[in-house]
Amino acid sequence: MKLAVWTYEGPPHVGAMRVATGMHNMHMVLHAPQGDTYADLLFTMIERRNHRPPVSYTTFQARDLGADTAGLFKSACQDAYDRFQPEALIVAASCTAELIQDDPGGLAETMGLPVPAIALELPSYQRKENFGCDEAFLQICRSLAKPMDRSERVTCNILGPTALGFRHRDDVAEITGLLSEMGIEVNVAAPMGAAPSDIKRMGAAHFNVLLYPETAESAARWLEKEHGQPFTKTIPIGANATRAFIDEVRALSGSTLPVDESRLRQPWWAASVDSTYLTGKRVFIFGDGTHVMAAAKVARDEMGFEVCGMGCYNREQARPLRALAKEFGLEALITDDYLDVEAAIEQAAPEMILGTQMERHIGKRLGIPCAVISAPVHVQDFPARNSPQMGFEGANVLFDTWVHPLVMGLEEHLLHMFREDFEFHDDAGPSHHGGHAPRADTSAPAAPAAAAEGASMAPPDASPQQVAAAHENVVWLSCAERELKKIPFFVRGKARRNTESYATEKGLNEISVDTLYEAKAHYAR
Amino acid sequence: MNTPAPTGCRDTPVLRERGQREVFCGLTGIIWLHRKMQDAFFLVVGSRTCAHLLQSAAGVMIFAEPRFGTAILEEKDLAGMADANTELDREVARLLARRPDIRQLFLVGSCPSEVIKLDLSRAAERLTAEHGPNVRVLNYSGSGIETTFTEGEDACLAALVPALPQTQARELLLVGALPDVVEDQALNLLEQIGIAPVRCLPARRAEDMPAIGPNTVYALTQPFLGETHAALTRRGAKRITAPFPFGAEGTTLWLKAVAAEFGIAPEKVDEVVAAPRARAEKAIAAAAATLRGKRIFFMPDSQLELPLARFLTRECGMEAVEISTPYLHADLHGPELDLIAKGPVISEGQDVDLQLDRVHATRPDLTVCGLGLANPLEAEGLATKWAIELVFTPVHFYEQAGDLASLFARPLRRRELLARQHPARMEAAE
Repeated sequence: MKLAVWTYEGPPHVGAMRVATGMHNMHMVLHAPQGDTYADLLFTMIERRNHRPPVSYTTFQARDLGADTAGLFKSACQDAYDRFQPEALIVAASCTAELIQDDPGGLAETMGLPVPAIALELPSYQRKENFGCDEAFLQICRSLAKPMDRSERVTCNILGPTALGFRHRDDVAEITGLLSEMGIEVNVAAPMGAAPSDIKRMGAAHFNVLLYPETAESAARWLEKEHGQPFTKTIPIGANATRAFIDEVRALSGSTLPVDESRLRQPWWAASVDSTYLTGKRVFIFGDGTHVMAAAKVARDEMGFEVCGMGCYNREQARPLRALAKEFGLEALITDDYLDVEAAIEQAAPEMILGTQMERHIGKRLGIPCAVISAPVHVQDFPARNSPQMGFEGANVLFDTWVHPLVMGLEEHLLHMFREDFEFHDDAGPSHHGGHAPRADTSAPAAPAAAAEGASMAPPDASPQQVAAAHENVVWLSCAERELKKIPFFVRGKARRNTESYATEKGLNEISVDTLYEAKAHYAR
Repeated sequence: MNTPAPTGCRDTPVLRERGQREVFCGLTGIIWLHRKMQDAFFLVVGSRTCAHLLQSAAGVMIFAEPRFGTAILEEKDLAGMADANTELDREVARLLARRPDIRQLFLVGSCPSEVIKLDLSRAAERLTAEHGPNVRVLNYSGSGIETTFTEGEDACLAALVPALPQTQARELLLVGALPDVVEDQALNLLEQIGIAPVRCLPARRAEDMPAIGPNTVYALTQPFLGETHAALTRRGAKRITAPFPFGAEGTTLWLKAVAAEFGIAPEKVDEVVAAPRARAEKAIAAAAATLRGKRIFFMPDSQLELPLARFLTRECGMEAVEISTPYLHADLHGPELDLIAKGPVISEGQDVDLQLDRVHATRPDLTVCGLGLANPLEAEGLATKWAIELVFTPVHFYEQAGDLASLFARPLRRRELLARQHPARMEAAE
């Protein structure tokens, strides 16, 4: 038993729903108690879908448990087929139905439905949402994808996009365009946008483009083994990775067509003098493994940031992430407990977080700007405009979204020069954000109470006390404390941390104004 | 107006359906209960699905201050490798050590904990003995197999009743979790009418929980409190029968029924409420201009459907096509049925596909439904009102009557504003 307050991933059947909901002419019958239909609103509200997810629930209640829940499942299955006439059905059980062991797969098989009924085993008490996506897509491919001749022209499948995916809609459009520029047609993009009849003809593609290992790696591996289709290993997030992806696709396809880079602005935007202030910004990166690994490379190599911490919530990606973190000289944080993540961020005191919606809230609490790079998703992660993460336009989007939460370069100087200005002061925050307010209005925000509340929820061994304890022999003299307050808020955390580390290193137990500036000189770059 | 109108719906045959129910489970009530009871923590003993539901239903609005959590059952808890009770005791001890501000801890049963027959009432007794008297541990079930949406609050309040102290005092008890501002308005009106002291269930803090006894009379402020009503009756308390305090008319009838119980004449009530009632009627009239003559269809959700349909048909001039409730409690909902003119289909339970067929056939001007159905219906050109907003927004008594009416008017007004761009609105995700 484990206490969870907020979770990064839903249960595995929600993952299977993401696969089914992305598809056409597929229907899912979920053996589940009343109340599990809440999952519909994820799709209709967060993603603003205009159709109900294609899912029928048995919604059994206590009175049904003593009677015939298996019969209830069969009638739900038959009703769903009769009403929706899908090309194929997925049948599965949610956590409660797993306990009553009705075996939806076996029941559906006995019904003699005229379409394939694909049974999913989703161990709800061991696995989570991403597993549910990956497993559902694998089983759909296994049941439906038939061996067939390769298409005459070089084609590929795109694997991984699902409903409720982080920018999947825009990534697929961007990569489809890139492939088309290279003379490669997309045979099938799946699961999102594909019908069961499309899955059947996946074997016609020459290779696969795996965009999201979280949701489709098992299917990619199975297609490689059974259908002899190699798949791309590079995730085209960032300018460098997109170029590497193009090289990989050229090797797989033999394409020699040139790719137009004139739309790619990110490298110049990062190199132009206005971006100098980004140099060495310390960033903490957390999310799903794939997006974190890609973001870490972009942060270091394309933005000139310093990555001071990275981790992921899906342990399926733990191994490659640990290896990459080691390359960065870091220890990866693999956890799905957001309190651990909060404690790690607090300790690392980054100047910026690249994270999920959870880290956005952690950032709010700690006063650290945050850009969102990964699921779990929020209604804000489905913008009306085109906003891919992948390909050359994706690289442009990354630059804009990562820079947006920060105080801009010239403004940094203004804050240094005119600290007591009515407009440019500590409590105002970046001037291009809504929170920019006159000082008098920001005197009593709710944040301290919330932070206290959050801290009191932290496990005793991972709370802010530990941060203090690391330097418990170091005392700030009041003059130094006052001097520290003169440093603008967005670098103050870094200055405090550096000074304390410096003092500890030097065996000092008091920090004076001199210590502060000695530390500043010590860390100067 | 107090006597059953000959045209009321009390005798209308009820359409009872069983099929897929597109409703929340009772765990959802934690979202507002944890706000109301400021020193309580709600610990769901359940699965990742339960945690995900609470997170999804709560959104990220209350991220900063969670006074609820889920003890997620894992494989080893089910396979008997770990004693679930030992695990639970450990998690509770850790939680209470971290949160010394907690005075009441609710162990909330879920579908999985009910199915594996984890006995949370014994666990609550054991944990009260261990952590009392500072912390009182209670339990109830918010599982979907036993409770539908607002029935979670009912189960929670019913679990409080046996633990309430005994009194012989003749006191009025208001039952139902109301936003503090609304509760204060009600207490103020009752005081002016001459009824005091008045107690509330639930109280905002553990030490203020009311005492009850054979001289207690109580008035429900919410229509979904059937179990709490039964539990209070078992303690000898007596219910005041009245329509629920929604709208100017409902609030007046409710106050007069309470006043009558205390021997206060209706004229006194009229005198006290004249000003707020006039304000409410004025505010309702503004929204009613949009609502008058429009046809409304209620999908089952919160058991608020009958009182709200009564308000909208009688005070806002709407016509009800179908009024559906997850559970029709004849005793509690009877006074509402008496006031609703014959005509609408009254239905209980749900087969969502069949019900959507009726929505498509009747094409109402406004459909009240859950969040899972709202955008799909909007995309078909049918205006909707999210039902969940009706339980999250202050809507009771005079000062909120205009807000309540405008909750229904807003989607219609918005539609009119966007009418010229209608084709663009259909560009939703496929």
